[in-house]
Amino acid sequence: MSQLRRTMLYVPGNNPGMLRDAYIYGADSLMFDLEDSIALNEKSTARFLVFNAIKDIDYGNKEIVVRINSLESGIGEEDIYAVVAAGVDVIRLPKTETAQDVLDVEAIIEKAEIKYNKVVGSTRMMAAMESPLGVMNAYSIATSTKRLLGIAIGAEDFVTNMYTSRSADGSELMVARSQILMAARAAKVYAIDTVYSDVDNEAGFRKEVALIKQLGFDGKSIINPRQVNIVHEIYTPSKKEVDKATRVIEASHEAEKKGLGVISLDGKMIDKPIVDRAERVVTLAKAAEEQ
Amino acid sequence: MKIIQNGSAGTLESSDILIQVNPNKSKGINIHIDSVVKKQFGDEIRQLIIKTLQTLEVDCCEVSVIDKGALDFAIVSRLQSALFKGAGVDMNICWEEL
Repeated sequence: MSQLRRTMLYVPGNNPGMLRDAYIYGADSLMFDLEDSIALNEKSTARFLVFNAIKDIDYGNKEIVVRINSLESGIGEEDIYAVVAAGVDVIRLPKTETAQDVLDVEAIIEKAEIKYNKVVGSTRMMAAMESPLGVMNAYSIATSTKRLLGIAIGAEDFVTNMYTSRSADGSELMVARSQILMAARAAKVYAIDTVYSDVDNEAGFRKEVALIKQLGFDGKSIINPRQVNIVHEIYTPSKKEVDKATRVIEASHEAEKKGLGVISLDGKMIDKPIVDRAERVVTLAKAAEEQ
Repeated sequence: MKIIQNGSAGTLESSDILIQVNPNKSKGINIHIDSVVKKQFGDEIRQLIIKTLQTLEVDCCEVSVIDKGALDFAIVSRLQSALFKGAGVDMNICWEEL
């Protein structure tokens, strides 16, 4: 899991200017939206725009994700055929409640890959949980298919379903975030946090990003380009952290040569979990540097 | 593809284009272009429209566009969208042919 997915920038699928410019803001992934940000009478025109944008615009090595409409909406299948034909990297399912939801979409993706001569399995998937049932089923969803590279929480629908609303400290999301995170870690897939809608509240945004990083999320869905650098800044290990991690790894290599299980560095015990964390810090720093 | 009704797609926002297609009472294709960059790119926009019509095998319709500096992908998308609406087709599109 060395690929960075710190930021996944939502781009409304019906806005050609934003589809054109989205890559310049430096988000790790771009998520073209065909779902909630698109009015019902604009769904098909947005689909054409997203299809042609993926096909014709050179986004370099930027990961392109498309959030499709659910199959229940009656238009999700057409979304899948369009974006698979265009060559999308990842299809994100909204409002996922069961592993079967993922498998149903996967079956259509596979048909589309065969139809358009794509390598079967090359289109990856993400699933967003936005209801109590989805959160309860997080682990079975996360392990439903090898295509699934990550799971995410969609908070706006979730809090509505929970008869509450979002607060500054995020207490209403603590259980759901933890559940999704544990499911993701157990299934060895990415965990992506929900959007922060109050784009003018930078202090609140920083606080939330610090919280989700501390919890262990790999990154966050974002809705405004201004949020990209803040997330990257918080997520990128500092030089001090990298230096310390490097020393831990070096000490561990040294100990391995000497056949020692536990070692000491600066008077503190270093064992396997600490070495694992240090390796992750260095991996993240290297990936951030390369990006 | 046969255009049987009005089909419209796009907006008048910057970087976008508004395209209307209608059945042509006489034969052939009529294209009317109004663009903020008509002097520089009018011919290219026309060629792109003609190519898109040919791809979809549309040989009889009126096309009216108001362009606000749209890139090629937006012009093609809006035209495809307007044409499919004009043909009364919304689903089961042959994406590999576009």
